[in-house]
Amino acid sequence: MNEKQLLSVDGLSVTFSRRGRDPVEAVSEVSFTIAEGEHVGIVGESGSGKSVTAMALMGLLPERGTTVEGSATYREQDLLSMSRRQLNQIRGSEIAMVFQDPMSSLNPVVTIGTQISEVIRRHHRVSSKEAANRSAEMLDRVGIPDPRRRLREYPHQLSGGIRQRVLIAIALACEPRLLIADEPTTALDVTIQAQILNELKELVADTGTSLIMITHDLGVIAGLCDRVHVMYSGRIVESARRYQLFTTPRHPYTGGLLQSVPRLDSPQDEPLRPIEGSPTDTIPWTDGCAFQPRCPHAIDQCLEATPHLEPYEDRMLRCFNPLKGDEDDKRDR
Amino acid sequence: MTSETDEVVLEVSGLKVHFPIKAGSLIRRQVGAVKAVDGVDLTVKSGTTLGIVGESGCGKSTLGKALLKLIKPTEGTISFDGSDISQIYGERLRRLRRRMQMIFQDPLSSLNPRQSVETLLTEPMKAHRLDFDPKTKVAELLDLVGLPHSAANRYPHEFSGGQRQRLGIARAVALEPELVIADEPVSALDVSIQAQVINLLRELQERLGLTYIVIAHDLAVVRHVSDEIAVMYLGVIVEQAPAEQLYEHPMHPYTKALLSAVPLPDPKAEDERKPMLLSGELPSPADPPTGCRFHTRCPFRQPTRCADERPALVEHSSGQKVACHWADEIASGTITPREEQDAVTTAR
Amino acid sequence: MTEGTINGPRARAQRSHGDSLWRGAFRRLSRSPMAIAGALIVVVFLIVATFAPVLAPYEPASTEWTQLSTPYWVQGHGPGHPLGIDRWGSDMLTQLIFGARQSLIIGVVATAIGLLAGAALGTLAGAFGGWVDMIVMRIVDIMLSIPSLLLAISIAAILGKSSAALMIAIGVGQVPIFARLLRGSMLGQKNADYVLAADALGLRRRTIVMGHVLPNSLGPTIVQATLNLATAIIEVAALSYLGLGEGDPAVAEWGRMIVSAQDRFEIAPWLAFYPGICIAITALGFTLLGESLREALDPKQRR
Repeated sequence: MNEKQLLSVDGLSVTFSRRGRDPVEAVSEVSFTIAEGEHVGIVGESGSGKSVTAMALMGLLPERGTTVEGSATYREQDLLSMSRRQLNQIRGSEIAMVFQDPMSSLNPVVTIGTQISEVIRRHHRVSSKEAANRSAEMLDRVGIPDPRRRLREYPHQLSGGIRQRVLIAIALACEPRLLIADEPTTALDVTIQAQILNELKELVADTGTSLIMITHDLGVIAGLCDRVHVMYSGRIVESARRYQLFTTPRHPYTGGLLQSVPRLDSPQDEPLRPIEGSPTDTIPWTDGCAFQPRCPHAIDQCLEATPHLEPYEDRMLRCFNPLKGDEDDKRDR
Repeated sequence: MTSETDEVVLEVSGLKVHFPIKAGSLIRRQVGAVKAVDGVDLTVKSGTTLGIVGESGCGKSTLGKALLKLIKPTEGTISFDGSDISQIYGERLRRLRRRMQMIFQDPLSSLNPRQSVETLLTEPMKAHRLDFDPKTKVAELLDLVGLPHSAANRYPHEFSGGQRQRLGIARAVALEPELVIADEPVSALDVSIQAQVINLLRELQERLGLTYIVIAHDLAVVRHVSDEIAVMYLGVIVEQAPAEQLYEHPMHPYTKALLSAVPLPDPKAEDERKPMLLSGELPSPADPPTGCRFHTRCPFRQPTRCADERPALVEHSSGQKVACHWADEIASGTITPREEQDAVTTAR
Repeated sequence: MTEGTINGPRARAQRSHGDSLWRGAFRRLSRSPMAIAGALIVVVFLIVATFAPVLAPYEPASTEWTQLSTPYWVQGHGPGHPLGIDRWGSDMLTQLIFGARQSLIIGVVATAIGLLAGAALGTLAGAFGGWVDMIVMRIVDIMLSIPSLLLAISIAAILGKSSAALMIAIGVGQVPIFARLLRGSMLGQKNADYVLAADALGLRRRTIVMGHVLPNSLGPTIVQATLNLATAIIEVAALSYLGLGEGDPAVAEWGRMIVSAQDRFEIAPWLAFYPGICIAITALGFTLLGESLREALDPKQRR
């Protein structure tokens, strides 16, 4: 790999423990790297640990009852062992995050303008007038009409789509090197989602920002990310370049997901092929493969040993019995 | 999607649902109305599925509830199996409910948390004084939706999302209804579960000869279950057509935009996909635009007619019903969308 | 068709019966130290109150004219009276034990009056809404605007000083709390999806209200009743202290014990101290239980 690494996550694991209950390992053995300007997607369903991963990188998990292990090296510094002060220096200015729910991520009693300026002025020494100018410019760049007027408005006066754009504007205000977007368009309608994804795509491309896109929507990933990590039950089960992942999925879970999603571009009367069971039907990774109870490809070994994420063909895979051949061909027939 | 007959189960005409906006603290006067549904005509044939798609705020859920008389319609007629039910209330309506059922979006909140599965499945049958043996009937229903018999004495919170939705479906079909309205039946579920529920709905239709109205925002989901699809925008239907035709040759600009906005889980297709981006935001249903409701955001907007004349839902040569003054011109390519550059500047 | 497995292969596979909300709440209660402490206090209190005649060393009205007897931990205490005797010569321990009985009866009956009347009004308002709701709630507002002390004094003035007057006075004071609480939670539940679903299924209106809305709205009311038992016990004491309680001086009551201890506070502070402690601990017991019940019934706490 020649590209310059921006962030390299190694063996990240997050355990939540509450008094009187068994500790829960929400994320474990998560390792991946992201190069400058690269766009990485993390896909998974609820409970897969994709959001927890992002929160851990941003140092946003509650300190009490949470154990974070592993390392996340961002430009030769470990984000996970950093002091709160160091982290605050980096958060917002170098690494920014956009959340799913734009209403609860904005302060309801402060104007949009103040909220953007605040971020700019925390990391740059500029006058309040200059900050306001830059805020307006940011709103314009994320496609908000009449930005000057919007600066004086409060979050509840804006629609969901505009709010999410404001959040993106806040995140990009200090020109971060890395943007983490956690389901940024899930709460929005498709036409608004299309607008925002389009703007997000242009913005990160223009500024050379690296992007970690966390979502459950394979469609969102397909057009946006260079490399995709599929998570299941707290671990990465397959990592591949975008084309390889979508055309020849090797993990039965990835393959199952791709086959079960209703698509606009497949024959209508063909029944969908769902993955059996539900994401709660798992076994602990220590007893075998967590996907085994739902896996149509499972073999005896899946209940005997824990699979590891290992190089397989052109990707990384955590599976004893990978899918073979070109699944897409089978699908078309 | 089978056993199509020409028998019409539901016929709706001129249906309006307006929610009054009241002002004044002591004497409350009506100062306006949210026109959630504003003049909808629909026909649903027995044994088929009508899909209703639209984005949030288009009035699709309100329409669904009004069809079942869970919300009082303001105007219009709803003819179910030949008789107008729009003015029926009280005990007659209650008895009619056996024949038309609903599947809800959130299976957890639509199941009473204090009822065991057996109770919640048998209660409606008791209410309608049906003759049945609880044990065998419950077992039969659980079989039908693919849940183990042991589920009978458990409670809703002990199930996963997909299983709960199966319970909701079992409860809806318990009364052997003719019409089932499903409001966003899969949108609260995990991706890998959605397909299970979609397949179940299709299977039940075949087995029980049900007529469905499926309301959803997800076009791919609707397409997979529907014979006919109606697209709603701001309280009105803008296009209605057989499913395949609508997806292959959308005629209304809003349908075109909606279809092109859906991201596909296929990198090749994604690289080529050029979404038709809409400018601006959804106008308020309390104060909808004059003329064509979509004209404020339409990339095909023309200087005449669009802003001042309300287009009717007209059947075109292809058999598609479209509410657009310029549908034929757009289809033949004589009217093209404004340049993308243009659209971007208006957006800003 | 998929064979759904419930909650995974190992999770709770052993239990053949479902876990109802109340059963789940009870399970969580039994694991909470706060609930156990509260329940322990309440159980001891209940046992003492119920078996007062068996447990007490003397008859409640028996007096013994020795000098002011001191408890065992003060030098030269009188024999046979571990906690001493009061100014009337009655055994302190006996008085406290019988006082528990009095507090429990008045507290429970008063709360029951408040709960039943309040729940009836609240159900009426919550189930019908509209005009009924408005009228009922205005009545409740009027009740709320009368200070409970004034209400108690008036009722005592009408009915004379008696336990019954005390119960009614405290009970009536609680009606608005229960009425408002139940109405509020019923209105909240009425908009829930499952109520819409019940309507769509064609259930009768009565079934929907009594079988669906009401049971799901009762949680907060039951918690409140437990908490109100604590305040009722304190109120019994307070009103007795003011001389509005039981007229018969032979009936032991914690509030009145404090009154009678007042003029000897300097030489025998324990006479006020004992009933005070009893009131505080009992109230604490009910509060702990009520609060943990609230937590256990919270849907967010489930599982």
